[in-house]
Amino acid sequence: MSSNDVLICGAGRTPFGRAEESGRQLAVSAVNAALADAGIPWSRVRAAFGGSDSAGLADTLVAQLGLIGLPFVNVKNGCATGGSALVSAVNAIRSGMADVVLAVGFDKHPRGAFDPRPEDWGLGEEYGSDGLMVTTQFFGMKIQRYMHDHGITPQTLARVAEKAYRNGGLTPEAWRRKPVSAAEVLESGMVSDPLTRFMFCSPGTGAAAIVLCSPEIARTLDVPATVTLRSAAVRTRRYGSFEVFSPSIPGGELTSVSRDAARAAFEQAGIAPGDVDVCQLQDTESGAEVMHMAECGFCEDGEQEKLIAAGATEIGGTLPVNTDGGCIANGEPIGASGLRQVYEVVQQLRGRAGDRQVPGGPRIGFTHVYGAPGVSACTVLSH
Amino acid sequence: MTTHPRSPAAGLLQGARCSRCPVAVYPADSTCPRCGGPTAPAALRGGGTLWTWTVQRYAPKSPPYVEPPGGFEPFALGYVELEEGEGVRVAAVLDVDDLDEVRIGMPLTVSAGDGVPRARPSSRTDEEEEEGS
Repeated sequence: MSSNDVLICGAGRTPFGRAEESGRQLAVSAVNAALADAGIPWSRVRAAFGGSDSAGLADTLVAQLGLIGLPFVNVKNGCATGGSALVSAVNAIRSGMADVVLAVGFDKHPRGAFDPRPEDWGLGEEYGSDGLMVTTQFFGMKIQRYMHDHGITPQTLARVAEKAYRNGGLTPEAWRRKPVSAAEVLESGMVSDPLTRFMFCSPGTGAAAIVLCSPEIARTLDVPATVTLRSAAVRTRRYGSFEVFSPSIPGGELTSVSRDAARAAFEQAGIAPGDVDVCQLQDTESGAEVMHMAECGFCEDGEQEKLIAAGATEIGGTLPVNTDGGCIANGEPIGASGLRQVYEVVQQLRGRAGDRQVPGGPRIGFTHVYGAPGVSACTVLSH
Repeated sequence: MTTHPRSPAAGLLQGARCSRCPVAVYPADSTCPRCGGPTAPAALRGGGTLWTWTVQRYAPKSPPYVEPPGGFEPFALGYVELEEGEGVRVAAVLDVDDLDEVRIGMPLTVSAGDGVPRARPSSRTDEEEEEGS
């Protein structure tokens, strides 16, 4: 264990989906669950970082958690909100600012949310009036080119969604828990070719929280079952990437912010993708999971076709991906997704994942979020 | 090749080119997205091939979407990789007769108009015009 290590001593989440409660109420539930998991009272937390995309300010949670005077920084970083909160928490511990730190993410999106306005993206109003401000178009076009270049078939996209719903069925807090066959996925109606309705995640509601501490404090407080956060990295896109709502993209080979963030996380951790026993990859839709397997370094472009057909990404496979059903089965509360991923990998590494536990005692985990307008956050964890 | 900047003409894409590196952008922007340097306006020629595509199967949410007078019909859209060293792929609505015939690599010509760029299959006439220009 290096002196840079930070420990995760508690993790909590709420059910994802639709909820009566507000995003803030769910955030309080997730924080209290994480604190109970760590066996640490709120009054012992020395700093907090958190945010939501559209469900309010995280620092107002102190009204319900307790007014204890700690610094609480709001984070608003799109899909990387949870990841950025986590990186901030890690740096707070490494810098000596605090020895017990909270990261929390939450959100509540109405049905059919995400209504981007062209002016917010620096685009002319014609991109809205002519029907190009639709996020699913980007996902369809990115995987369309990838399938052309690397021989991925619609059947593989369907298998990814089928696995997500199967794993969701094993996850009590997941939203979509009914099994859906690959054939049903393919026949669920085309949304943005080649992606069908059941291949997409839906905007939803939920919260997740992580309590982190220094190794010294873990010994002092006698915290049970910690997981080591070996690294956490956030990156924004470089020139040459293909992102949503781009009126043009550069020619030549594409760059990938996910590739950059994953590489940085693995380098910081001194761990290679081949060492990973369980991982979480952003699956906004089936194609994203397929492409992120390669972008994060787990296979070469095109190998997914055989790997997925052989069951490699299943819970019992050689590289279990999205063991809790990922975004497809949990939905996407933007601010919460990144920390849900960490929650799931922490459960897997502690051997507490119940019916969806990866067999054989997984030791190394990895998480990856990706979002608009080209931001990615990755973590490497070990037990 | 060098694109000769001309006065805005119907159909040409009004983009910009970096003064320091071989980067073209569409629409025109005052700074280069790669190096941050200044750009100069450049008319991009619209001939190219389809790099990727999808089909918008349902009516986008309105507003901001404005349904055409005849009502919504599914439409194809994609990125057209411009030829002749432009080094840029431009998003466009694809004006094709049959959505089932859209293929990566098909020759298209993009042109600017009132709305977003639109691309239609390159006809023999277009190709001859390009060769002659």
